[in-house]
Amino acid sequence: MAPRPLAVIAALAVAGLVLGPVAAVLARAGGWGTLGPGDWQALRFTLVQSLLSAFFSVLLAIPVARALARRRFPGRGLLISLLGAPFILPTIVAVLGLIAVFGQNGMVNGGLRALGLPGFSIYGLHGVVLAHVFFNLPLATRLLLQGWLAIPAERFRLAASLGLSPRAMRRTLERPMLLRIAPGAFAVIFVICLSSFAVALTLGGGPRATTVELAIYQAVRFDFDLGRAALLSMIQLGLALAAGLLALRLGTGDGFGAGLDRVVTRWDGRAGLPRVMDGAWIALAALFLLTPLAMVVARGLPGLAHLGAGSWEAAWNSLTVALASTILCLAWALPLSSRWGEWVGLAGIAVSPLVLGTGLFLIVRPYANPLALALPVTTLVNALVALPFALRILRPEAEAVRSEFRRLSLALGLTPAAWVRLVLLPRLRRPLGFAAGLTAALSIGDLGVIALFADPERATLPLQVYRLMGSYQMEAAAGAALLLLIFSFGAFWLCDRGGRAHADT
Amino acid sequence: MLTLEKLTYGVGDYRLAADLALPPGQRVAVIGPSGAGKSTLLDLVAGFLTPATGRILWQGRDITASPPNQRPVAMLFQENNLFPHLDLARNLGLALRPGGGRLTAEEARKVEEALARVGLGGMSARKPGALSGGQQSRAALARVLLQARPILALDEPFAALGPALKMQMLDLVTEVAAELGALVLLVSHDPQDARRFAQQTVLVAEGQAQPPVATENLFDSPPAALRAYLGQERP
Amino acid sequence: MKAISFAAGCLFASTALAQETVLTVYAGDYVVSEWGPGPKIEEMFEARCGCDLQFKPGDLLPRLLLEGGKTEADVVFGLNTDVTKKARESGLFAPHGVDLSPLTLPIDWTDDTFLPYNYGETAFIYDSARLAEPPQSFAALLDAPDDLKIVIQDPRSSISGLAMALWVEAVYGDKAEDAWRKLAPKILTVTKGWSESYGLFTDGEADMVLSYTTSPAYHIIAEDDHAKKALIFPEGNYFMVELAAKVATSDQPELAQQFMDFLLTPEFQKMIATGNWSFPAALPHDRWPEGFKELQLPTKVLFYSEDEAAALRDEAIEAWRRGLSQ
Repeated sequence: MAPRPLAVIAALAVAGLVLGPVAAVLARAGGWGTLGPGDWQALRFTLVQSLLSAFFSVLLAIPVARALARRRFPGRGLLISLLGAPFILPTIVAVLGLIAVFGQNGMVNGGLRALGLPGFSIYGLHGVVLAHVFFNLPLATRLLLQGWLAIPAERFRLAASLGLSPRAMRRTLERPMLLRIAPGAFAVIFVICLSSFAVALTLGGGPRATTVELAIYQAVRFDFDLGRAALLSMIQLGLALAAGLLALRLGTGDGFGAGLDRVVTRWDGRAGLPRVMDGAWIALAALFLLTPLAMVVARGLPGLAHLGAGSWEAAWNSLTVALASTILCLAWALPLSSRWGEWVGLAGIAVSPLVLGTGLFLIVRPYANPLALALPVTTLVNALVALPFALRILRPEAEAVRSEFRRLSLALGLTPAAWVRLVLLPRLRRPLGFAAGLTAALSIGDLGVIALFADPERATLPLQVYRLMGSYQMEAAAGAALLLLIFSFGAFWLCDRGGRAHADT
Repeated sequence: MLTLEKLTYGVGDYRLAADLALPPGQRVAVIGPSGAGKSTLLDLVAGFLTPATGRILWQGRDITASPPNQRPVAMLFQENNLFPHLDLARNLGLALRPGGGRLTAEEARKVEEALARVGLGGMSARKPGALSGGQQSRAALARVLLQARPILALDEPFAALGPALKMQMLDLVTEVAAELGALVLLVSHDPQDARRFAQQTVLVAEGQAQPPVATENLFDSPPAALRAYLGQERP
Repeated sequence: MKAISFAAGCLFASTALAQETVLTVYAGDYVVSEWGPGPKIEEMFEARCGCDLQFKPGDLLPRLLLEGGKTEADVVFGLNTDVTKKARESGLFAPHGVDLSPLTLPIDWTDDTFLPYNYGETAFIYDSARLAEPPQSFAALLDAPDDLKIVIQDPRSSISGLAMALWVEAVYGDKAEDAWRKLAPKILTVTKGWSESYGLFTDGEADMVLSYTTSPAYHIIAEDDHAKKALIFPEGNYFMVELAAKVATSDQPELAQQFMDFLLTPEFQKMIATGNWSFPAALPHDRWPEGFKELQLPTKVLFYSEDEAAALRDEAIEAWRRGLSQ
């Protein structure tokens, strides 16, 4: 029923796609390189900023997700979707948006100056963490919100009838849910932050904020020291897999058992103080996440008029690649939606995209022109990179579906195809929609490996943004970035909405 | 004849042994203290657990290694007997077409008949969430009717129902089993269920599933293990 | 009759197209953008050669080194002096065979492999509407109040960032690390590439940005904005040049040669100034486009040859790292 061979094939595909390119790079280099003097410092900074970023993202997501889970207000659905947007922004766009708010001449400092207060500088470790929280708080919030929604309505009724105090609610319902969801969310965010580069450098304010990924970039692009690049990317991979393993051990706790599909009505938190607190958390999160987005929109609007045919073609390419990546990623994720599968999947974002691209280039090169394969390779890599997110979203609910309906399906002798079509997919509709939206958006926003496989006829939108900026077309670049935001958010919203419609939330 | 031949099963400290035979068409209650292994016994019969040693035979055929759906067993669980996102027609249709294919007109008619038989005529478009607890149990029984297997394994499926409703359901099971000519294994912790429903009773206690005894005799002169379970020191 | 000849024409055209020789040019990514010089170069050169010029954008040298002798590139367009040593050592390039006498560079150029087509110098750009009194020398910059904020690029990930590291090395030598230390409080941040820095500057986040002496030309010509200015330092500005080279294994050596010859023609040179927002490498000052003539030129041009640069590079980057890591 759960077709094991498929899971093995899917896992081997991930391993092959991650280790194959590293091996190719290594073979080409003729051996491992050595670490330079700055590398240890880079490793330390990478670890510290990743840990802090993941910690604060998850910590802040807890009250926000709790508030969103138990409040009903007009526009809640739209807000939840909108809150997902920072995660899917290309870094350069998001950084400029953040700086417009928190920067030297940003809104916050402007406000402080108007009040006669001293300004503050965003540049430094705190800036890096702030930016990473901006990117990842939405993901953590959504994952925890899903955790709340996966608690069957019966439990809330029981809690209400027992008159559980807020503390008892937290102990009996929230804590088990958090134990199940939070370590995985932490791990996945930790791993994304591991490979941060442009964000860390720009907001870190200088060489102190050097990450391992930057060292890899330098090794590949400047020094052509492939051995060192391979070594560094294996260190990165090792860190990510260790974090994943730890999360796997910590993230125990059982599923919640099946509840029949009813709208989750909650009776807790109706007193005045919790209402105010929830409202405050939602407002703060919205303000923090949406203001920089609003700046991106405001900056981009005048630029939309300057967009040439190239940008529209690039948008079209991005959309096609996104569609293909999404389908591939979900088909890949379903058989892997188990504990070990999720661990294997983490490798997808752990390995440096630059090493991945270089390795794939070396592998493909003897057989075909890499330029002709630009879009297929981009599709494949985007799917691989989105895999950990899709798995994080799908796994808890896929496991719940399995534990609830495995026996019934066995008893009925459902064929694997019927199990997938009639039980797994329909039961997973909500997380599948979310995962699809995220994958599509990530794919649209991702620069991926295309730099090495770039094809002049088929640029993608993020590449177009960089090209425009490189030609002084800052206004057009802001327009293209807005286009990117619209498309990626549109794709995200459509899928996410599609999954949630009629899914009783 | 369902034969459990020198069957043993164990996980950690837990052990269960059974060496007994049950004739076809009988209604058998499986009673015993909580945690003694009543559900385990049913899971072994239904194929959700694999015995450590021994064999399971049905009419002389060894089914020890058969997967659940290839056993002559239809089972009702404590919960999750229906897929909540599928309407009753689809739920029941899966009993006829485990591949999920479209039902023929003949099969669709059978589904409607089965629903009508359990008193749910005309409700095939409803989803389980829109039914009462008793109606959900009836729908699950209709599914068993469609599966038409010679053994029915019921693992306390009506535990959540009120006494009157439960009795109705047990009567319905009796009728359904008679129609199918099926051997029924009913796990229950309520002696009343056994007395009312079962011709024979298997007592599971102290790591052992005892051979079946006529229910009347058993309760009239209960052995020590049963007395302890019933809370009677003496008859 | 007309229809028939039209159809025949199409037939010929398509066979001609199929047999048309292709010149493959690896180019920097910005070159092929619709706003970059690529489309104009393609149009101009195809009109001369009757061939099909195809740009392949992307990571120039890494790709070429990965491909080695099996590369399909005929010409490489857009290399910088920081990588020429590595490129030369790969043995992948053939002599360009172009007469260098038309060159109008501020330095002597005698390289027979890498041919310059445009240049500029590192410089800090400021907006005279926002910053009335910018520091007029490197020394003044180091002594400027700390609330003067500049953005620069990382020498480990950006060519202009590396040029700045060498610039400081050229001006301050042994004292480079001290110079960086004095500069550190004024450095708002360091970015991965030039685009991020320049975006921060145009957004008003920083007062000055590390860019090129030629940057104001864009604002003058494309935006009629005369307020953006480059600072010319008496200590000198660091020379940066963009280069093309012929690939030795090219299967179109004649076409490749024709392309190299084309680069120093006045026609190309006039175009590249506004096409790539750089000084033309072989065009007298009086023939530069309007707007470029308005630009202030460095009084002193600093430059390390590729061997010197290679020897100094690690030291210069280390001085930068240590100076800014305090």
